[in-house]
Amino acid sequence: MRNEFVRALVEVGEIDSRVLLLTGDLGYNALEPFAERFPDRFFNIGVAEQNMVGVATGLAEAGYVPFAYSIATFASMRAYEFIRNGPVLHELPVRIVGMGAGFDYGPNGHTHYALEDLALMRVQPDLAVLAPADSEQAEAAVRATRLIRGPAYLRLEKQSPAIPGLDGRFELGRAQLIGNGEDVALIALGGLARQAVQAAALLAERDVDATVAVVSTFNPAPIDDLGELLRRVPLALSLEAHYLNGGLGSLVCEVAAERAPGCRVIRCGVNAVPRGQSGSPHSLYELHGLTAATIAQAARKGIALLGQPSEAGT
Amino acid sequence: MRVGSDDNGRKPTNSRSVRVHRSSTGSTAPDARELAHRIRRGVIEQSKRANVGHIGSSLSITDIIAALFAGPLRAALPTDPDRDRFILSKGHAALALYAALHEAGRLTDQDLSSFCSDHSALGAHPEHVVEGVDFSTGSLGHGLSIGAGAALAARLQGSQRTVFVLVSDAECNEGSLWEAVMFAAHHKLSNLVAVVDVNGQQALGYTRDVLNLDPLAARWGAFGWDVHEVDGHDVDIMSTTLADLRRDEGQPHVLLAATTFGKGVSYMESQIKWHYMPMSDEEYAGALQELEAARR
Repeated sequence: MRNEFVRALVEVGEIDSRVLLLTGDLGYNALEPFAERFPDRFFNIGVAEQNMVGVATGLAEAGYVPFAYSIATFASMRAYEFIRNGPVLHELPVRIVGMGAGFDYGPNGHTHYALEDLALMRVQPDLAVLAPADSEQAEAAVRATRLIRGPAYLRLEKQSPAIPGLDGRFELGRAQLIGNGEDVALIALGGLARQAVQAAALLAERDVDATVAVVSTFNPAPIDDLGELLRRVPLALSLEAHYLNGGLGSLVCEVAAERAPGCRVIRCGVNAVPRGQSGSPHSLYELHGLTAATIAQAARKGIALLGQPSEAGT
Repeated sequence: MRVGSDDNGRKPTNSRSVRVHRSSTGSTAPDARELAHRIRRGVIEQSKRANVGHIGSSLSITDIIAALFAGPLRAALPTDPDRDRFILSKGHAALALYAALHEAGRLTDQDLSSFCSDHSALGAHPEHVVEGVDFSTGSLGHGLSIGAGAALAARLQGSQRTVFVLVSDAECNEGSLWEAVMFAAHHKLSNLVAVVDVNGQQALGYTRDVLNLDPLAARWGAFGWDVHEVDGHDVDIMSTTLADLRRDEGQPHVLLAATTFGKGVSYMESQIKWHYMPMSDEEYAGALQELEAARR
């Protein structure tokens, strides 16, 4: 997704001369196309994320549109208060770009897993949060930032093969649906949509019809789309490479409580600090019940328990 | 380290030089001195009306604010995108800024008298929604980064505007401040001017006891800044020093302004309790009396 991000950013940079790219000394073999095309608009700030966001704030107040790039954990958390008191408070078009959602940096270990960035970012009322699920969505998301007057957080993934059936669809404030089954909704964050689509296929083999919903934008969140979907199904699973609290699962529960109280929600995500669990992202999905097979299993279990009091959840 | 002797000497070429500006004859900036008096009076009156603290911090920076607002910031129109920028990074001293904006006609009597009232935009820390406040502050260690970005923007835009950032000495405890210090020096942001209010105090004690900053001038100098040591209550010397800062040497500038916490009200001076305490009626009367006596 990095290359597509940069490709789209160069495109946006051609149209809008206010666009700058800042990096906290990360993005080797990725950011060069922008740096080479616009050498005067590219700044390696150094390993100093707070300063990067502070500098971006000063630049944005003067009329620039800075994209501030780092690994998602550093971009979001080290600089969090600077984001809050800077671009959010001042309503400035700073774009925080966090690379490596969820377990993307697998072998790098816990310090590099962005498992709470979405929770932190989406509670800032005026901060647009975009979490594209594949490369085509990532390009669309970068272009869509031109419609956002205030600040934004882009949560990008490293590996981002196309989600089957998504066809690059992306719209601010909308969820993108794949399929139209009414037995269960599989609501996925980012690249987990791929597992969700595979899980839907496994469920279809058991005559369970699923709808996959890909949620790629928060603030604006797809409240209407999710509300409508949750009213159509008795059960929804939220799927995210993120802690259970505060992220997509919490959003789905909020919408269910307010718009579709008849729908049961099972949150699938990371429920404990992953200590000493480095490895490939897939191995971490397995550990945390986020593979297609375990998702399908959780859905079937949830359907079997419908109508009974339950403490279901992963 | 080279220690200069006056503010009119040639610019030293050693990037780690520090220039010490001796006391002035007090003749160059009568407007600034009168402005300082009025700001001080506003600080005392409004803190009493609102019954709030942070008085000592506001009095500490009053003469610095006066030198800036009677000098380089005098012409800054809030609606002009090419105006000089000012960031009060030590936001807890906002009352001195409000009083200066009031004197500059940016805030009405009614505005100023809403300080710390319900539904007022004039809180104990400044917000950019107030005309004349360029950036909201209140969390220490943030303002200099913003200032560095603002200075970089000015350069990119080919503007001659200057960015002034007033930080506290205790704020130099914050690691993020030094990130900005490094960045500004690396990018040769000579349109960036930091003023450090060196009053030697912080919330719970004296800086030398809490987290020693010495040698502060050497530290800023070692980071590549053009360092000036000034008396933070001598508006004349600060005005001259600010006016003489050069743009062609490729260094950001810092004035280490030696100040007395609570300056102008004897019972507050250098007293830790006046970081937070409001005044009693007797203390208020005494403070006003002292300010008027000093004016004559």
